[in-house]
Amino acid sequence: MADGGDEPDEAEELGGRQKAEIAKWFLANAPAGEIQYVAKDMRSILGDDAIYEMAAAEAYPVYNKAHLIALQMPDRSGDVLITAYGELDKNNYFDPRTAQVATVDHVKQVCTNVRPASDEELPSPYIEEFRSTLADELSKYVGETYPKGTCAVYCISGKDAEGPGADFEFVIVISATKYSPQNFCNGRWQSTWNVDFKDDLQFVEIKGKILVGSHYFEEGNVHLDAKNEFKDSTIFQSPEDCAASITNIICHHETEFMASLEASYVHLPDTTFKDLRRKLPVTRTLFPWHSTLQFSLTRDITRELEIGQ
Amino acid sequence: MEAAMDLMRRISPKESETALSALLSLLPHHSADLLSQVDLPLQQVCMDQQLMKEFILCEYNRDADSYRSPWSNKYFPPLEDGPLPSPQLRKLEIEANEVFTVYRDQYYEGGVSSVYIWEDHNESFIACFLIKKDGSRTGHGRRGYLQEGSWDAVHVIEVGPEEEGTAHYRLTSTVMLSLTTEDKSSGTFNLSGSIRRQMSHDLSVAEGHLCNMGKMIEEMEGKLRNSLDQVYFGKTREMVCTLRPPPDGIQLRLPEN
Repeated sequence: MADGGDEPDEAEELGGRQKAEIAKWFLANAPAGEIQYVAKDMRSILGDDAIYEMAAAEAYPVYNKAHLIALQMPDRSGDVLITAYGELDKNNYFDPRTAQVATVDHVKQVCTNVRPASDEELPSPYIEEFRSTLADELSKYVGETYPKGTCAVYCISGKDAEGPGADFEFVIVISATKYSPQNFCNGRWQSTWNVDFKDDLQFVEIKGKILVGSHYFEEGNVHLDAKNEFKDSTIFQSPEDCAASITNIICHHETEFMASLEASYVHLPDTTFKDLRRKLPVTRTLFPWHSTLQFSLTRDITRELEIGQ
Repeated sequence: MEAAMDLMRRISPKESETALSALLSLLPHHSADLLSQVDLPLQQVCMDQQLMKEFILCEYNRDADSYRSPWSNKYFPPLEDGPLPSPQLRKLEIEANEVFTVYRDQYYEGGVSSVYIWEDHNESFIACFLIKKDGSRTGHGRRGYLQEGSWDAVHVIEVGPEEEGTAHYRLTSTVMLSLTTEDKSSGTFNLSGSIRRQMSHDLSVAEGHLCNMGKMIEEMEGKLRNSLDQVYFGKTREMVCTLRPPPDGIQLRLPEN
């Protein structure tokens, strides 16, 4: 038995902490766009709001950051992405584009307040020039490529550099989701690109990760998970040239990733899936169930074929 | 229970074992329902030590901690008084296992299959046909495309008593599968899914129960495979193209069924 052989009716009552851990696992593993359904199910199964709330308080932030959730800011200045890179503390997230700090309620998945970022929270003007030029170029790309995409460029190292001579590092986050629960289908695209500006080598190192997930569940349960990692580089130039070059590199790799994903799907019916089960036997006819004599014959033939191989 | 079943439809099939264990510990009083309704991949295959042939372990051939081999009709580890099918059903079971082995070979080119048959009330019986295929390149994947690949099929047929030359057959089929391709340039691609369907027929017993059951299973497997490939996998592909439409504006449509 999968659970180690315990007889169910002798199982001990789980402690509150253990139940909360289980609830956390389910919540954190909910597919894109489905955490609220999982939450409803967990609440019902636990039958104990206190335990559920304890689990939710711990699980939702993990889920939100892992899924790069975009929340609308109340002043209509757009969306803020919830990411580890922009996290100032567990309820406050920096939005580089509008230079604001958003306060969020993770469990309700809403942004409750925004305030302008303080000078200490912002990068220096030198860094900001690189960052914002890159972010603008990227926004154009994301706007054209993803029907519902959000992006952000964070400076995660060297943000106080005053001028040339210093290394600094950005992280680019692109997040796109599509939720169609009425069609029993949800999906997400996430790409994260580390852009390392090395001043002494006059060289920009780029490392990226793309993750795509999709879930279709009309009378069934099917998940797609695809991911890949990339490395590239370009020369350290002016903010405008860097922005253009970096965005092109990202576009190139993301497009290539889509193409290889598409190729995987195209190969499914006749190659990869065939390794699991053929559509028809080699004979190209259905199996002759009615002919018992055929069975012993087929078996002998099959054995012969196997020996011959 | 409804909440539990909804959860199982959302969590990835790759995690279904963990999920079921978790649910069993949260809902110990529903364990019987959970175990019978939740689809789990077929975990284990055991060796019949007497005949040196493999057989699949599942609830249908288990008694206490022992499992009955459909080849030798013995329990491993040995069990005194483990339930056995009647001589009549045992004869059908033997034939079913032999024939199903050939069927499995033709469609799956490898893998393991087992058939278990036992009495039900009112002169009915239940037959369970199982197939477990490891299609990875280290397993039985002939073409070597899959880093990881598994197909588990469980077909349970309830056969009613014969009346005026016909019998009623009710088939419940579950297929669970997972396939992963992995290489340096294109990364990791994984599709996993589970799907369950039912089919009922009243058929003449002129050609025998095995023939009827076999044809239903073959038809069902074909439908499930096509459905998974075209509808289910197709939908996930469509979703990705919605997230990031292909540049030349090609719209992917599902093939018309």
